[in-house]
Amino acid sequence: MFGDLPSTWFTSAPDWRWLIIGYFFIGGLAGGSFFLAALIDLFGRPQDRPLARLGYYIAFPAVLASGVLLILDLSRPLRFWHMLLESNTWQPMFKWYSPMSTGSWALLVFGAFAFAAFLAALADSGRVRWDWARRLRPPGVAGTFVAVGGGLLGFFVAGYTGILLAVTNRPIWADTTLLGLTFLISAASTSAALIVLLAWRRRALAPGVQALTRFDSIALVFELIALAALVASLGGAARGWFNAWGVLLVLGVVGVGILVPLLLHLRTGTFRQGYAVPVAAVLVLIGGFVLRVVVVLSSEGAGVLV
Amino acid sequence: MPEPMGFFTDTTVCIGCKACEVACKEWNQLPAHNGGAHTLSGDSYDNTRQLDGTHWRHVQFVEQFTPDRSEGRWLLMSDVCKHCVRAGCLEVCPTGAIIRTEFDSVVIQSDACNGCRDCLAACPFGVIGMNPVSNTAQKCTLCYDRLQAGMEPACSKACPTDSIKFGPVRELREVAAARVEQLHGAGEKRAYLYGADDTMLGGLNAFFLLVDRPEVYRLPPDPQMPTRNLGMSALWSTLGAVVLGIAGIFSFRSRGARTAALAEAEEEERDVRRSA
Repeated sequence: MFGDLPSTWFTSAPDWRWLIIGYFFIGGLAGGSFFLAALIDLFGRPQDRPLARLGYYIAFPAVLASGVLLILDLSRPLRFWHMLLESNTWQPMFKWYSPMSTGSWALLVFGAFAFAAFLAALADSGRVRWDWARRLRPPGVAGTFVAVGGGLLGFFVAGYTGILLAVTNRPIWADTTLLGLTFLISAASTSAALIVLLAWRRRALAPGVQALTRFDSIALVFELIALAALVASLGGAARGWFNAWGVLLVLGVVGVGILVPLLLHLRTGTFRQGYAVPVAAVLVLIGGFVLRVVVVLSSEGAGVLV
Repeated sequence: MPEPMGFFTDTTVCIGCKACEVACKEWNQLPAHNGGAHTLSGDSYDNTRQLDGTHWRHVQFVEQFTPDRSEGRWLLMSDVCKHCVRAGCLEVCPTGAIIRTEFDSVVIQSDACNGCRDCLAACPFGVIGMNPVSNTAQKCTLCYDRLQAGMEPACSKACPTDSIKFGPVRELREVAAARVEQLHGAGEKRAYLYGADDTMLGGLNAFFLLVDRPEVYRLPPDPQMPTRNLGMSALWSTLGAVVLGIAGIFSFRSRGARTAALAEAEEEERDVRRSA
């Protein structure tokens, strides 16, 4: 009857749906935006500092939203702190081999870094007059610490979600080890797209926007390679995508989210230059969201135990 | 310290009476009404259909009939949590709600569970489900409370054919091996044990005697630990982060930006020439 099905088809679904998809998308934006902002701060020109500021403005609200989404998704939301403290002993709760556990801690600590950088960005822009807060951005020891620590944690937050799915026994998720990589790259490309979208109208930021667009092209090419490798690594489990989800993956993620934006980036001369950049950015964001929809929901509905 | 305890479920003597399901529900005070909806599967006498948060025993009805129904057999299996020696649910649980007891069984502490549902996805057998009353993940506890009082679990106590045998795993394995030998001697050559040795997840403390392939009973042929994917996933992601970091540095560093400015100037020049 269920003759040649992979073992992952004989498991039941965790009912992770739209709140989790939303978290995967927004959490990726939080981590990726911080990472890009930190790179711009550490390696970019002084004129690009306002661009980095945008990254920090995205990261902190996005990490807050991530926490809210995750807590709301719990069946017992008021017990969210059980992820961090053992409820009966008050000892710290940490398992390095459980991505859900490491991810909870990473989100907490990353939130602190994102908050520090958010304050620094506010102070830097002149919106608040806290001179001490300006030191939480590079250059300087404290600022470099925030940028490097937050950037690394940001990438952890952006990538561990794919690893969380892989460290299960569910169809597709546990049949590949490339979901973490794919989500990580997608977080980088969607974050670059969002910063571009917020900055493209400001002429002073044009060189930085162009650098971000170029980075986004590189990330999209990586994403295409990672997706191809992911499908190949699924082997027999790729049957989970021989349906409408596979079509959505090809059209929505590869077509709309990767190939069309790449073409727009390449041919900004023929398209009306002004709109090619923001249109490509919107498409990249849509593609990144659809990627998470396909990955999460295609597995939710798969298996012989409905 | 008590020794590891478990179930040996001999599917060849199960008659599908579901006394185990009822006894389990009664002892563990699990709701029987499925939220008020009396749903029927419509394709067999199995209306429980699968293990979940309110069904900790499930008698599986496998009907193997020829199209004209002149020949056929029922395979009946009382399914339950396997209390794996290496348990995927226990491994991933981020709250520490899932524990290993002194009987080597795996128990979810309902007062610590916050309903993240990671264990549902991690279980290689799809055993765990959400209980809509407690809003926590729940499954068979091997009747931990009864064991602590020196009693056997409710399901095996109620089983009228001894299809469900309870005891020390070491003894159960001997009984099971003898039963397989007996069946082979009687001509039932298809009989074999599923999960009775250490090769499957370190051993299943609740193991089964089957007479067809595992898939027929909706059991995974090759159950694995969730963390098998952790190392490679982390490695690929780290490599990706390094590559993206390098790409970012080259995109944003001062010289890169100057090159971009030059390219932009060139592009504008081209545009001017094209429009001319």
